[in-house]
Amino acid sequence: MKLEGNTHKFGKDVNTDYIISGKYKFKTLDMRELAKHVMEDLDTDFYNKITAGDFIVGESNFGCGSSREQAPLAIKYANIGAVIAKSFARIFYRNAINTGLPVVECDTDNIDAGDILKVDLETGSILNKTKNETIQAKPLPDVMIKILKDGGLAPHFRKHGGFNL
Amino acid sequence: MGLTIIEKILSEHSGKQVKAGDIVVAGLDFIMGQDGTSPLAIKAFEEMNGEAVFDKDKIALVIDHSSPSPNDGVSALHKMMRDFVKSKGVHLYDIGEGVCHQVVPESGKVGPGSLVIGADSHTCTYGALNAFSTGVGSTDLAGGLISGQMWFKVPETLKFVCNGQLQAGVYSKDLILYLIGNITADGATYMAAEYTGEAISNISMDARFTISNMAIEMGAKAGLMEADEKTFNWLKQFTSESFEKVEADTDASYYNIKEYDVSSLEPQVAMPHTVDNVSPVSQVSGTPVNQAVLGTCTNGRLEDLRIAASILKGRKVNPDVRFIVAPASKNIYLQAMQEGTLQELIEAGAAVVTPGCGPCVGTHNGVPSNGENVISTANRNFKGRMGNSSAYIHLASPATVAASALVGKITDPREFIK
Ligand code: SF4
Repeated sequence: MKLEGNTHKFGKDVNTDYIISGKYKFKTLDMRELAKHVMEDLDTDFYNKITAGDFIVGESNFGCGSSREQAPLAIKYANIGAVIAKSFARIFYRNAINTGLPVVECDTDNIDAGDILKVDLETGSILNKTKNETIQAKPLPDVMIKILKDGGLAPHFRKHGGFNL
Repeated sequence: MGLTIIEKILSEHSGKQVKAGDIVVAGLDFIMGQDGTSPLAIKAFEEMNGEAVFDKDKIALVIDHSSPSPNDGVSALHKMMRDFVKSKGVHLYDIGEGVCHQVVPESGKVGPGSLVIGADSHTCTYGALNAFSTGVGSTDLAGGLISGQMWFKVPETLKFVCNGQLQAGVYSKDLILYLIGNITADGATYMAAEYTGEAISNISMDARFTISNMAIEMGAKAGLMEADEKTFNWLKQFTSESFEKVEADTDASYYNIKEYDVSSLEPQVAMPHTVDNVSPVSQVSGTPVNQAVLGTCTNGRLEDLRIAASILKGRKVNPDVRFIVAPASKNIYLQAMQEGTLQELIEAGAAVVTPGCGPCVGTHNGVPSNGENVISTANRNFKGRMGNSSAYIHLASPATVAASALVGKITDPREFIK
Protein backbone atom coordinates (compact mmCIF):
# COMPACT_ATOMS: atom_id res chain seq x y z
CA MET A 1 0.00 0.00 0.00
CA LYS A 2 1.76 3.13 -1.26
CA LEU A 3 0.55 6.69 -0.80
CA GLU A 4 1.72 9.90 -2.37
CA GLY A 5 0.76 13.47 -1.61
CA ASN A 6 1.49 16.95 -0.44
CA THR A 7 2.37 17.89 3.14
CA HIS A 8 0.33 20.05 5.51
CA LYS A 9 2.46 20.71 8.54
CA PHE A 10 1.22 21.20 12.10
CA GLY A 11 2.99 21.59 15.43
CA LYS A 12 3.11 19.49 18.58
CA ASP A 13 0.19 18.50 20.83
CA VAL A 14 -2.46 18.84 18.12
CA ASN A 15 -5.43 17.82 20.23
CA THR A 16 -8.76 16.30 19.25
CA ASP A 17 -10.56 19.58 20.00
CA TYR A 18 -8.45 21.19 17.27
CA ILE A 19 -8.99 18.30 14.88
CA ILE A 20 -12.74 18.51 15.31
CA SER A 21 -14.30 20.87 17.80
CA GLY A 22 -16.75 19.42 20.35
CA LYS A 23 -19.37 21.87 19.20
CA TYR A 24 -19.67 19.97 15.89
CA LYS A 25 -19.05 16.44 16.98
CA PHE A 26 -22.12 16.20 19.14
CA LYS A 27 -24.45 17.32 16.38
CA THR A 28 -24.18 14.71 13.69
CA LEU A 29 -22.88 11.38 12.52
CA ASP A 30 -22.38 12.73 9.02
CA MET A 31 -18.60 12.50 8.71
CA ARG A 32 -18.54 14.38 5.41
CA GLU A 33 -20.12 17.33 7.17
CA LEU A 34 -17.72 17.08 10.12
CA ALA A 35 -14.77 16.85 7.74
CA LYS A 36 -15.46 20.39 6.53
CA HIS A 37 -14.48 21.66 9.98
CA VAL A 38 -11.32 19.61 10.36
CA MET A 39 -8.49 21.61 12.01
CA GLU A 40 -10.68 24.70 11.83
CA ASP A 41 -9.43 26.25 15.08
CA LEU A 42 -5.83 26.05 13.85
CA ASP A 43 -6.44 27.00 10.22
CA THR A 44 -9.91 28.35 9.39
CA ASP A 45 -9.77 27.41 5.72
CA PHE A 46 -7.92 24.11 6.07
CA TYR A 47 -10.55 21.86 4.50
CA ASN A 48 -10.44 23.81 1.25
CA LYS A 49 -6.68 23.48 1.02
CA ILE A 50 -6.74 19.67 0.90
CA THR A 51 -6.19 17.69 -2.27
CA ALA A 52 -7.17 14.03 -1.95
CA GLY A 53 -4.26 11.96 -0.69
CA ASP A 54 -2.44 14.81 1.08
CA PHE A 55 -0.71 14.14 4.38
CA ILE A 56 -1.09 15.81 7.72
CA VAL A 57 2.33 15.93 9.31
CA GLY A 58 2.60 16.74 13.00
CA GLU A 59 5.25 16.75 15.66
CA SER A 60 4.92 14.95 19.00
CA ASN A 61 1.73 13.86 20.79
CA PHE A 62 -0.58 14.16 17.80
CA GLY A 63 -4.25 13.58 18.62
CA CYS A 64 -4.04 14.09 22.37
CA GLY A 65 -7.22 14.80 24.29
CA SER A 66 -10.54 13.13 23.90
CA SER A 67 -11.45 9.65 22.73
CA ARG A 68 -13.66 11.00 19.99
CA GLU A 69 -13.37 8.79 16.97
CA GLN A 70 -14.76 11.69 15.01
CA ALA A 71 -11.18 13.00 15.06
CA PRO A 72 -9.56 10.33 12.85
CA LEU A 73 -12.80 9.99 10.89
CA ALA A 74 -12.99 13.72 10.13
CA ILE A 75 -9.40 13.52 8.86
CA LYS A 76 -10.15 10.43 6.81
CA TYR A 77 -13.30 11.92 5.30
CA ALA A 78 -11.41 15.12 4.49
CA ASN A 79 -9.48 12.83 2.10
CA ILE A 80 -6.19 12.90 3.99
CA GLY A 81 -4.14 9.84 3.03
CA ALA A 82 -2.29 9.39 6.31
CA VAL A 83 -1.15 11.23 9.40
CA ILE A 84 2.58 11.25 10.00
CA ALA A 85 3.92 12.41 13.36
CA LYS A 86 6.80 11.98 15.76
CA SER A 87 4.45 10.41 18.27
CA PHE A 88 0.72 9.95 18.72
CA ALA A 89 -1.56 10.05 21.71
CA ARG A 90 -2.59 6.51 22.52
CA ILE A 91 -6.34 6.67 21.96
CA PHE A 92 -6.05 8.58 18.70
CA TYR A 93 -3.56 6.01 17.43
CA ARG A 94 -5.88 3.11 18.31
CA ASN A 95 -8.88 4.87 16.81
CA ALA A 96 -7.04 5.63 13.60
CA ILE A 97 -6.09 1.96 13.15
CA ASN A 98 -9.59 0.81 14.10
CA THR A 99 -11.20 3.14 11.56
CA GLY A 100 -8.65 2.42 8.84
CA LEU A 101 -6.77 5.75 8.80
CA PRO A 102 -3.05 5.02 8.32
CA VAL A 103 -0.78 6.55 10.97
CA VAL A 104 2.97 6.63 10.63
CA GLU A 105 5.40 7.36 13.45
CA CYS A 106 8.76 8.85 12.50
CA ASP A 107 11.00 11.89 12.84
CA THR A 108 9.18 14.73 11.09
CA ASP A 109 11.62 17.57 11.81
CA ASN A 110 12.86 17.68 8.25
CA ILE A 111 9.46 17.52 6.58
CA ASP A 112 8.10 20.94 5.64
CA ALA A 113 4.77 22.20 4.38
CA GLY A 114 4.52 21.59 0.65
CA ASP A 115 6.95 18.65 0.54
CA ILE A 116 5.78 15.80 -1.67
CA LEU A 117 6.04 12.49 0.16
CA LYS A 118 5.78 8.90 -0.96
CA VAL A 119 4.89 6.56 1.88
CA ASP A 120 5.12 2.79 1.84
CA LEU A 121 2.94 1.60 4.71
CA GLU A 122 4.19 -1.98 4.67
CA THR A 123 7.88 -1.18 4.98
CA GLY A 124 7.53 2.13 6.84
CA SER A 125 9.77 3.84 4.34
CA ILE A 126 9.00 7.47 3.51
CA LEU A 127 10.54 9.16 0.50
CA ASN A 128 10.56 12.96 0.62
CA LYS A 129 10.59 13.63 -3.11
CA THR A 130 11.01 17.36 -2.68
CA LYS A 131 14.14 16.96 -0.57
CA ASN A 132 15.20 13.62 -2.05
CA GLU A 133 15.54 12.05 1.41
CA THR A 134 14.35 8.79 2.85
CA ILE A 135 13.03 8.51 6.40
CA GLN A 136 12.48 5.16 8.09
CA ALA A 137 9.34 4.93 10.25
CA LYS A 138 8.70 2.51 13.13
CA PRO A 139 7.10 -0.63 11.71
CA LEU A 140 3.54 -1.32 12.85
CA PRO A 141 2.96 -4.33 15.16
CA ASP A 142 1.38 -7.35 13.45
CA VAL A 143 -1.92 -6.97 15.25
CA MET A 144 -2.40 -3.51 13.78
CA ILE A 145 -1.36 -4.56 10.30
CA LYS A 146 -3.99 -7.30 10.42
CA ILE A 147 -6.69 -4.78 11.40
CA LEU A 148 -5.58 -2.24 8.77
CA LYS A 149 -5.45 -4.94 6.09
CA ASP A 150 -9.04 -5.86 6.85
CA GLY A 151 -9.90 -2.16 6.46
CA GLY A 152 -10.46 -1.46 10.16
CA LEU A 153 -11.98 -3.26 13.13
CA ALA A 154 -15.55 -3.27 11.84
CA PRO A 155 -14.69 -5.13 8.63
CA HIS A 156 -12.39 -7.36 10.72
CA PHE A 157 -15.35 -8.34 12.91
CA ARG A 158 -17.59 -8.82 9.88
CA LYS A 159 -15.04 -11.12 8.35
CA HIS A 160 -14.12 -13.14 11.44
CA GLY A 161 -17.15 -12.71 13.70
CA GLY A 162 -14.91 -11.37 16.49
CA PHE A 163 -11.23 -10.90 17.24
CA ASN A 164 -8.90 -12.99 15.15
CA LEU A 165 -5.50 -11.48 15.91
CA MET B 1 10.98 -10.33 38.14
CA GLY B 2 7.76 -9.11 39.74
CA LEU B 3 4.74 -7.55 38.15
CA THR B 4 3.12 -4.11 38.25
CA ILE B 5 -0.57 -3.63 39.05
CA ILE B 6 -1.49 -3.37 35.40
CA GLU B 7 0.55 -6.42 34.39
CA LYS B 8 -1.31 -8.40 37.04
CA ILE B 9 -4.74 -7.23 35.96
CA LEU B 10 -4.03 -7.93 32.28
CA SER B 11 -2.53 -11.34 33.10
CA GLU B 12 -5.64 -12.24 35.09
CA HIS B 13 -7.95 -11.16 32.26
CA SER B 14 -6.06 -12.71 29.38
CA GLY B 15 -5.41 -16.04 31.05
CA LYS B 16 -1.64 -15.92 30.71
CA GLN B 17 1.23 -14.11 32.35
CA VAL B 18 1.98 -10.93 30.45
CA LYS B 19 4.68 -8.27 30.65
CA ALA B 20 4.93 -4.71 29.38
CA GLY B 21 5.15 -4.71 25.59
CA ASP B 22 3.01 -7.82 25.01
CA ILE B 23 -0.16 -7.47 22.95
CA VAL B 24 -3.09 -9.45 24.29
CA VAL B 25 -6.82 -9.91 23.83
CA ALA B 26 -8.39 -9.65 27.29
CA GLY B 27 -11.88 -10.12 28.75
CA LEU B 28 -13.72 -7.05 30.04
CA ASP B 29 -15.59 -6.63 33.33
CA PHE B 30 -17.44 -3.46 32.42
CA ILE B 31 -18.04 -1.24 29.40
CA MET B 32 -19.28 2.34 29.28
CA GLY B 33 -20.27 4.68 26.48
CA GLN B 34 -21.48 8.29 26.64
CA ASP B 35 -23.60 10.38 24.30
CA GLY B 36 -20.64 11.82 22.39
CA THR B 37 -19.28 8.38 21.50
CA SER B 38 -22.11 5.85 21.73
CA PRO B 39 -23.99 6.87 18.57
CA LEU B 40 -20.90 6.14 16.45
CA ALA B 41 -20.40 2.92 18.40
CA ILE B 42 -23.96 1.86 17.64
CA LYS B 43 -23.23 2.52 13.97
CA ALA B 44 -20.04 0.45 14.23
CA PHE B 45 -21.97 -2.27 16.12
CA GLU B 46 -24.26 -2.54 13.11
CA GLU B 47 -21.36 -2.48 10.65
CA MET B 48 -19.87 -5.38 12.61
CA ASN B 49 -23.12 -7.30 12.16
CA GLY B 50 -23.61 -7.20 15.92
CA GLU B 51 -26.86 -8.65 17.23
CA ALA B 52 -26.83 -9.24 20.97
CA VAL B 53 -24.44 -7.63 23.47
CA PHE B 54 -22.08 -10.01 25.26
CA ASP B 55 -23.55 -9.36 28.74
CA LYS B 56 -26.15 -6.68 29.33
CA ASP B 57 -25.32 -6.40 33.04
CA LYS B 58 -21.76 -5.35 32.31
CA ILE B 59 -22.63 -2.39 30.14
CA ALA B 60 -23.91 1.11 30.79
CA LEU B 61 -24.60 3.95 28.42
CA VAL B 62 -24.74 7.47 29.82
CA ILE B 63 -26.30 10.66 28.45
CA ASP B 64 -24.22 13.33 30.11
CA HIS B 65 -22.30 15.41 27.57
CA SER B 66 -25.22 17.34 26.08
CA SER B 67 -27.84 16.64 28.62
CA PRO B 68 -30.69 17.59 28.36
CA SER B 69 -30.38 17.93 24.62
CA PRO B 70 -29.69 21.48 23.37
CA ASN B 71 -30.82 20.93 19.76
CA ASP B 72 -32.55 18.54 17.38
CA GLY B 73 -29.30 17.02 16.06
CA VAL B 74 -28.31 15.91 19.55
CA SER B 75 -31.87 14.77 20.27
CA ALA B 76 -31.70 12.39 17.32
CA LEU B 77 -28.46 10.89 18.66
CA HIS B 78 -29.94 10.52 22.15
CA LYS B 79 -32.95 8.79 20.68
CA MET B 80 -30.64 6.40 18.85
CA MET B 81 -29.08 5.49 22.23
CA ARG B 82 -32.46 5.06 23.92
CA ASP B 83 -33.63 2.78 21.13
CA PHE B 84 -30.44 0.76 21.32
CA VAL B 85 -30.59 0.16 25.09
CA LYS B 86 -34.22 -0.86 24.86
CA SER B 87 -33.59 -3.41 22.16
CA LYS B 88 -30.50 -4.84 23.91
CA GLY B 89 -31.69 -4.67 27.52
CA VAL B 90 -28.75 -2.49 28.53
CA HIS B 91 -28.93 0.09 31.34
CA LEU B 92 -29.05 3.75 30.34
CA TYR B 93 -28.27 6.62 32.68
CA ASP B 94 -30.45 9.23 31.07
CA ILE B 95 -30.42 13.02 31.56
CA GLY B 96 -29.89 14.19 35.10
CA GLU B 97 -28.22 11.04 36.41
CA GLY B 98 -24.75 12.53 36.22
CA VAL B 99 -21.34 12.34 34.57
CA CYS B 100 -20.34 8.91 33.29
CA HIS B 101 -17.22 8.85 35.48
CA GLN B 102 -19.25 9.36 38.61
CA VAL B 103 -22.22 7.12 37.85
CA VAL B 104 -20.04 4.17 36.84
CA PRO B 105 -18.15 4.04 40.17
CA GLU B 106 -21.45 4.63 41.98
CA SER B 107 -22.91 1.59 40.19
CA GLY B 108 -20.68 -0.59 42.37
CA LYS B 109 -19.74 -2.69 39.36
CA VAL B 110 -16.13 -1.55 39.20
CA GLY B 111 -13.60 -2.23 41.92
CA PRO B 112 -10.09 -3.47 42.64
CA GLY B 113 -8.83 -5.72 39.85
CA SER B 114 -11.58 -4.84 37.36
CA LEU B 115 -10.77 -4.36 33.70
CA VAL B 116 -12.93 -1.62 32.22
CA ILE B 117 -13.14 0.24 28.94
CA GLY B 118 -15.15 3.37 28.37
CA ALA B 119 -15.61 5.36 25.22
CA ASP B 120 -14.42 8.51 26.93
CA SER B 121 -10.84 9.53 27.51
CA HIS B 122 -11.29 10.14 31.23
CA THR B 123 -12.28 6.53 31.88
CA CYS B 124 -8.88 6.31 33.61
CA THR B 125 -10.74 7.83 36.61
CA TYR B 126 -11.62 4.40 38.07
CA GLY B 127 -7.91 3.71 38.57
CA ALA B 128 -8.53 5.32 41.96
CA LEU B 129 -10.48 2.13 42.76
CA ASN B 130 -7.46 -0.03 41.91
CA ALA B 131 -9.08 -0.97 38.59
CA PHE B 132 -7.49 -0.85 35.16
CA SER B 133 -9.89 1.34 33.23
CA THR B 134 -9.04 3.11 30.05
CA GLY B 135 -10.57 5.30 27.38
CA VAL B 136 -11.23 3.94 23.91
CA GLY B 137 -13.02 5.07 20.80
CA SER B 138 -16.37 4.05 19.41
CA THR B 139 -15.12 1.14 17.30
CA ASP B 140 -13.36 -0.47 20.27
CA LEU B 141 -16.54 0.08 22.25
CA ALA B 142 -18.59 -1.68 19.58
CA GLY B 143 -16.13 -4.59 19.47
CA GLY B 144 -16.37 -4.82 23.26
CA LEU B 145 -20.15 -4.77 23.28
CA ILE B 146 -20.22 -7.73 20.91
CA SER B 147 -17.31 -9.81 22.16
CA GLY B 148 -16.69 -8.68 25.76
CA GLN B 149 -13.05 -8.37 24.77
CA MET B 150 -10.51 -5.88 23.54
CA TRP B 151 -6.89 -5.99 22.36
CA PHE B 152 -4.40 -4.27 24.64
CA LYS B 153 -0.75 -3.47 24.49
CA VAL B 154 0.49 -4.03 28.03
CA PRO B 155 1.95 -0.67 29.03
CA GLU B 156 5.02 0.12 31.04
CA THR B 157 4.36 1.82 34.35
CA LEU B 158 5.54 5.21 35.53
CA LYS B 159 5.36 5.37 39.30
CA PHE B 160 4.72 8.61 41.19
CA VAL B 161 5.65 8.43 44.86
CA CYS B 162 4.05 11.39 46.62
CA ASN B 163 5.48 11.93 50.08
CA GLY B 164 4.50 14.48 52.69
CA GLN B 165 1.23 16.14 53.51
CA LEU B 166 -0.74 18.70 51.51
CA GLN B 167 -1.13 21.99 53.37
CA ALA B 168 -4.51 23.52 54.20
CA GLY B 169 -5.94 25.11 51.06
CA VAL B 170 -3.97 22.79 48.79
CA TYR B 171 -5.83 19.84 47.27
CA SER B 172 -5.42 16.79 45.11
CA LYS B 173 -6.22 18.93 42.07
CA ASP B 174 -3.20 21.09 42.81
CA LEU B 175 -1.07 17.98 43.14
CA ILE B 176 -2.15 16.46 39.83
CA LEU B 177 -1.79 19.79 38.01
CA TYR B 178 1.69 20.06 39.43
CA LEU B 179 2.59 16.52 38.32
CA ILE B 180 1.27 17.16 34.80
CA GLY B 181 3.21 20.43 34.58
CA ASN B 182 6.26 18.57 35.77
CA ILE B 183 6.18 15.65 33.36
CA THR B 184 4.26 17.43 30.52
CA ALA B 185 1.24 16.58 28.39
CA ASP B 186 2.90 13.59 26.74
CA GLY B 187 5.26 12.60 29.55
CA ALA B 188 3.44 9.33 30.18
CA THR B 189 2.13 8.49 26.70
CA TYR B 190 1.33 4.77 26.26
CA MET B 191 2.17 4.21 29.94
CA ALA B 192 0.24 3.42 33.07
CA ALA B 193 0.69 5.88 35.91
CA GLU B 194 0.78 4.39 39.41
CA TYR B 195 0.29 6.90 42.23
CA THR B 196 1.45 5.98 45.67
CA GLY B 197 2.88 7.43 48.87
CA GLU B 198 1.48 8.93 52.04
CA ALA B 199 0.05 11.99 50.26
CA ILE B 200 -2.21 9.58 48.35
CA SER B 201 -3.15 7.37 51.29
CA ASN B 202 -3.99 10.43 53.39
CA ILE B 203 -6.62 11.84 51.04
CA SER B 204 -10.25 10.84 50.56
CA MET B 205 -11.63 8.76 47.71
CA ASP B 206 -13.24 11.90 46.24
CA ALA B 207 -9.79 13.51 46.14
CA ARG B 208 -8.19 10.38 44.68
CA PHE B 209 -10.63 10.23 41.77
CA THR B 210 -9.45 13.72 40.75
CA ILE B 211 -5.89 12.48 40.44
CA SER B 212 -6.70 9.33 38.48
CA ASN B 213 -9.09 11.32 36.28
CA MET B 214 -6.27 13.47 34.95
CA ALA B 215 -3.80 10.68 34.14
CA ILE B 216 -4.80 11.05 30.49
CA GLU B 217 -3.64 14.67 30.57
CA MET B 218 -0.07 13.37 30.66
CA GLY B 219 -0.89 10.86 27.97
CA ALA B 220 -1.26 7.88 30.31
CA LYS B 221 -3.44 4.89 29.58
CA ALA B 222 -4.36 4.40 33.23
CA GLY B 223 -3.97 6.17 36.56
CA LEU B 224 -3.77 3.40 39.11
CA MET B 225 -3.77 3.47 42.88
CA GLU B 226 -3.52 0.76 45.49
CA ALA B 227 -6.64 -0.27 47.34
CA ASP B 228 -6.88 0.38 51.08
CA GLU B 229 -9.56 0.63 53.72
CA LYS B 230 -10.84 3.88 52.25
CA THR B 231 -11.33 2.17 48.89
CA PHE B 232 -13.31 -0.70 50.38
CA ASN B 233 -15.38 1.55 52.65
CA TRP B 234 -16.24 3.75 49.70
CA LEU B 235 -17.34 0.74 47.63
CA LYS B 236 -19.48 -0.60 50.48
CA GLN B 237 -21.86 2.31 49.99
CA PHE B 238 -22.73 1.00 46.56
CA THR B 239 -22.25 -2.76 46.49
CA SER B 240 -22.00 -5.83 48.65
CA GLU B 241 -19.80 -7.55 46.12
CA SER B 242 -16.32 -8.32 47.35
CA PHE B 243 -13.21 -7.37 45.42
CA GLU B 244 -9.65 -8.43 45.96
CA LYS B 245 -6.98 -5.79 45.89
CA VAL B 246 -4.15 -5.94 43.37
CA GLU B 247 -0.74 -4.91 44.60
CA ALA B 248 2.44 -4.42 42.65
CA ASP B 249 5.25 -6.84 43.54
CA THR B 250 8.10 -5.23 45.41
CA ASP B 251 10.46 -6.23 42.61
CA ALA B 252 8.17 -5.05 39.82
CA SER B 253 9.93 -3.27 37.02
CA TYR B 254 9.04 0.34 36.26
CA TYR B 255 9.78 2.61 33.35
CA ASN B 256 10.68 5.21 35.95
CA ILE B 257 9.97 6.08 39.57
CA LYS B 258 9.49 9.77 40.36
CA GLU B 259 9.50 10.98 43.96
CA TYR B 260 7.87 14.18 45.14
CA ASP B 261 7.48 15.92 48.47
CA VAL B 262 4.12 17.68 48.41
CA SER B 263 4.47 19.48 51.75
CA SER B 264 5.42 22.86 50.32
CA LEU B 265 3.18 22.68 47.26
CA GLU B 266 1.03 25.77 46.74
CA PRO B 267 -2.26 25.95 44.81
CA GLN B 268 -1.67 25.53 41.08
CA VAL B 269 -3.38 26.93 37.98
CA ALA B 270 -3.16 25.52 34.43
CA MET B 271 -3.06 28.54 32.15
CA PRO B 272 -4.50 28.61 28.61
CA HIS B 273 -4.35 26.62 26.33
CA THR B 274 -2.64 23.45 27.54
CA VAL B 275 -3.06 21.48 30.74
CA ASP B 276 0.68 21.31 31.34
CA ASN B 277 1.03 25.10 31.26
CA VAL B 278 0.94 25.16 35.04
CA SER B 279 1.88 28.00 37.39
CA PRO B 280 1.65 28.43 41.14
CA VAL B 281 -1.36 30.62 41.93
CA SER B 282 0.88 33.34 43.37
CA GLN B 283 2.34 33.97 39.91
CA VAL B 284 -0.99 34.36 38.14
CA SER B 285 -3.31 35.83 40.76
CA GLY B 286 -5.04 39.02 39.74
CA THR B 287 -6.07 37.79 36.27
CA PRO B 288 -9.71 38.90 35.86
CA VAL B 289 -12.35 36.16 35.67
CA ASN B 290 -15.68 36.30 33.78
CA GLN B 291 -16.94 32.81 34.43
CA ALA B 292 -16.19 30.26 37.14
CA VAL B 293 -17.16 26.61 36.80
CA LEU B 294 -17.40 24.11 39.64
CA GLY B 295 -18.13 20.56 38.56
CA THR B 296 -17.18 17.96 35.90
CA CYS B 297 -15.85 14.45 36.32
CA THR B 298 -12.69 15.96 37.81
CA ASN B 299 -14.13 18.01 40.65
CA GLY B 300 -17.91 17.80 40.89
CA ARG B 301 -18.01 15.49 43.89
CA LEU B 302 -19.49 16.18 47.30
CA GLU B 303 -16.16 17.06 48.88
CA ASP B 304 -15.53 19.57 46.07
CA LEU B 305 -18.89 21.25 46.56
CA ARG B 306 -18.26 21.40 50.30
CA ILE B 307 -14.83 22.97 49.85
CA ALA B 308 -16.28 25.66 47.60
CA ALA B 309 -19.21 26.25 49.94
CA SER B 310 -16.90 26.63 52.92
CA ILE B 311 -15.32 29.60 51.14
CA LEU B 312 -18.52 31.08 49.72
CA LYS B 313 -20.87 30.60 52.64
CA GLY B 314 -22.45 33.90 53.67
CA ARG B 315 -20.67 35.76 50.87
CA LYS B 316 -21.59 36.77 47.32
CA VAL B 317 -19.61 36.04 44.20
CA ASN B 318 -18.35 39.07 42.31
CA PRO B 319 -21.21 40.57 40.24
CA ASP B 320 -19.05 40.38 37.10
CA VAL B 321 -18.60 36.61 37.44
CA ARG B 322 -21.05 33.97 36.24
CA PHE B 323 -20.69 31.07 38.65
CA ILE B 324 -21.89 27.74 37.24
CA VAL B 325 -22.14 24.61 39.37
CA ALA B 326 -22.72 21.11 37.98
CA PRO B 327 -22.88 18.33 40.58
CA ALA B 328 -21.26 15.18 39.19
CA SER B 329 -24.26 12.96 39.90
CA LYS B 330 -27.84 13.01 41.11
CA ASN B 331 -26.69 11.22 44.22
CA ILE B 332 -24.24 14.03 44.97
CA TYR B 333 -26.82 16.66 44.06
CA LEU B 334 -29.27 15.21 46.58
CA GLN B 335 -26.71 14.93 49.35
CA ALA B 336 -25.50 18.48 48.75
CA MET B 337 -29.10 19.62 48.86
CA GLN B 338 -29.97 17.75 52.03
CA GLU B 339 -26.98 18.96 53.98
CA GLY B 340 -27.37 22.59 52.85
CA THR B 341 -24.20 22.84 50.78
CA LEU B 342 -26.15 23.54 47.63
CA GLN B 343 -28.16 26.26 49.33
CA GLU B 344 -24.97 27.98 50.44
CA LEU B 345 -23.64 27.89 46.89
CA ILE B 346 -26.88 29.18 45.39
CA GLU B 347 -27.15 31.95 47.95
CA ALA B 348 -23.61 32.96 47.06
CA GLY B 349 -24.70 33.31 43.43
CA ALA B 350 -24.33 29.87 41.82
CA ALA B 351 -26.38 28.88 38.80
CA VAL B 352 -26.80 25.14 39.30
CA VAL B 353 -27.16 23.08 36.12
CA THR B 354 -28.20 19.46 35.50
CA PRO B 355 -25.81 16.84 36.91
CA GLY B 356 -23.61 15.88 33.98
CA CYS B 357 -20.74 17.44 32.07
CA GLY B 358 -22.12 20.97 32.39
CA PRO B 359 -20.25 23.52 30.28
CA CYS B 360 -17.03 21.42 30.22
CA VAL B 361 -17.05 20.48 26.56
CA GLY B 362 -18.79 23.45 25.01
CA THR B 363 -22.07 21.94 23.95
CA HIS B 364 -24.30 23.95 26.28
CA ASN B 365 -24.68 25.34 29.80
CA GLY B 366 -22.36 28.33 29.60
CA VAL B 367 -20.29 28.98 26.49
CA PRO B 368 -17.96 31.92 27.18
CA SER B 369 -17.75 34.99 24.93
CA ASN B 370 -14.77 36.17 22.89
CA GLY B 371 -11.80 37.21 24.97
CA GLU B 372 -13.36 36.07 28.25
CA ASN B 373 -11.47 34.33 31.01
CA VAL B 374 -12.88 31.21 32.58
CA ILE B 375 -11.62 29.48 35.69
CA SER B 376 -12.84 25.92 35.93
CA THR B 377 -12.37 22.78 37.99
CA ALA B 378 -12.39 20.71 34.79
CA ASN B 379 -9.48 18.79 33.32
CA ARG B 380 -8.97 20.45 29.93
CA ASN B 381 -8.34 24.01 28.83
CA PHE B 382 -7.72 23.50 25.13
CA LYS B 383 -8.58 26.37 22.84
CA GLY B 384 -12.24 26.05 21.91
CA ARG B 385 -12.89 23.43 24.57
CA MET B 386 -15.84 25.26 26.08
CA GLY B 387 -17.30 26.13 22.69
CA ASN B 388 -15.43 29.33 21.90
CA SER B 389 -11.88 29.28 20.60
CA SER B 390 -11.46 32.95 21.51
CA ALA B 391 -11.97 32.34 25.23
CA TYR B 392 -9.26 31.58 27.80
CA ILE B 393 -9.70 28.64 30.14
CA HIS B 394 -7.80 28.26 33.41
CA LEU B 395 -7.93 25.10 35.50
CA ALA B 396 -7.73 24.99 39.26
CA SER B 397 -9.06 23.36 42.42
CA PRO B 398 -12.61 23.95 43.70
CA ALA B 399 -11.15 26.21 46.40
CA THR B 400 -9.23 28.37 43.92
CA VAL B 401 -12.28 28.54 41.65
CA ALA B 402 -14.51 29.58 44.56
CA ALA B 403 -12.05 32.21 45.82
CA SER B 404 -11.61 33.56 42.29
CA ALA B 405 -15.37 33.74 41.76
CA LEU B 406 -15.65 35.72 44.96
CA VAL B 407 -12.95 38.23 44.14
CA GLY B 408 -13.51 38.37 40.37
CA LYS B 409 -9.83 37.64 39.81
CA ILE B 410 -7.67 34.56 40.11
CA THR B 411 -7.10 34.34 43.83
CA ASP B 412 -5.14 32.18 46.25
CA PRO B 413 -7.83 30.37 48.27
CA ARG B 414 -5.65 30.26 51.36
CA GLU B 415 -6.68 33.88 51.96
CA PHE B 416 -10.11 32.48 52.87
CA ILE B 417 -9.05 29.40 54.77
CA LYS B 418 -8.24 29.73 58.42
S1 SF4 C 1 -17.12 16.37 32.55
FE1 SF4 C 1 -15.86 17.08 30.86
S2 SF4 C 1 -14.05 15.80 30.90
FE2 SF4 C 1 -15.59 14.81 32.18
S3 SF4 C 1 -16.60 13.34 30.86
FE3 SF4 C 1 -17.77 15.24 30.76
S4 SF4 C 1 -16.94 16.39 29.02
FE4 SF4 C 1 -15.47 14.78 29.54
